[in-house]
Amino acid sequence: MPVRLWRKPLDADKIKIPRGEIHIIKERCKGCNFCIEFCPREVLEESEEFNEKGFHPPRVKDSNNCALCGFCEAVCPDFAIFTVEKNCEGGC
Amino acid sequence: MSEELHPFETFLRREMIPHIWCDGCGNGIILNCYVRALKDLDIDLNKVVTVAGIGCIGRISGFTNTDSFHTTHGRAVAFATGVKLANPELKLVVISGDGDLFAIGGNHFIHAARRNVDIHVICANNFNYGMTGGQYGPTTPLDAWTTTTPYGNVEHPFNLVHLAAASGAAYVARWTTLHARRLTESIKKALQKEGFSFIEVITPCPEIYGRYNKMRTGIDMMNWFRKASEIRNQSDPAKAEITPERIVIGEFLDIEKPSFGRLLRDMTTRVQEKMRKGR
Repeated sequence: MPVRLWRKPLDADKIKIPRGEIHIIKERCKGCNFCIEFCPREVLEESEEFNEKGFHPPRVKDSNNCALCGFCEAVCPDFAIFTVEKNCEGGC
Repeated sequence: MSEELHPFETFLRREMIPHIWCDGCGNGIILNCYVRALKDLDIDLNKVVTVAGIGCIGRISGFTNTDSFHTTHGRAVAFATGVKLANPELKLVVISGDGDLFAIGGNHFIHAARRNVDIHVICANNFNYGMTGGQYGPTTPLDAWTTTTPYGNVEHPFNLVHLAAASGAAYVARWTTLHARRLTESIKKALQKEGFSFIEVITPCPEIYGRYNKMRTGIDMMNWFRKASEIRNQSDPAKAEITPERIVIGEFLDIEKPSFGRLLRDMTTRVQEKMRKGR
């Protein structure tokens, strides 16, 4: 295992990983699948349903995995996906 | 339409969205990065003018909610120079394609860079003329297939970053659409810079260029960028090659230099003072 993986950061217990809530605007999606392919935590997958243009929009596979990196939002050419921080006060 | 609102909604003309670009095209990512940069910098949209030329990416002027200008073929930089000199308060952003900026508008580009006009140029390089059916252009790599080079391209391509740096630009960078975050940071940096800044963005064109070059989907082209790109900040732009194996990206040049508008204004005040004293 590489060195950087078996050393744990000293403040690892204090850091809280943010949780993201993914919003998908299905009608805008053109099915390029960039968000599915380039999500670092593999949160999304292709759905079987069609939108009104005849493309398969993405679907959230496991929303608990989302760490709010926002890369799906940055790499979407059609402004069809965005993430907001999930309110975790009452537990997620 | 869905009731959910995208955070960039106010930066786009909603009646024009969804845009006309193909699925897998990277032009939407450039638009995304551009509006994110505008949002992050909190710029007044009435002070920004988006100028675009002819080509697929030329439609960007109709999608942004800034003042915008869709110009004749190759003349985007020339129009932008005029707007900037007429009203120096405005921020001029030229977003255009490789064919528009370097084939038809090549001379406008090099002379605007030489004068160091205070405009910001973002060039979407998709290696061919996408809108007219995929003819080869000045940026098509050697040996690449296009509709008009069915046995492979025999011409050497332009190295756009080297051309811009040699012509006298103050800021030169190259990114791919996969490096969306770095591209956004780069656009932000360029927008705050005085003088001519140039960012080349390598864009997937799966429908036309990719189809001829064994990359049929946007993901195939993006994976090529992921595999081949190599970040070399502050390296020599002359050595920044684009081959199937290696795409050198990064921020190549960032220098301070008085802009054309400033020099012109200084000269005007000097001459006016001299005339007043003489009389």
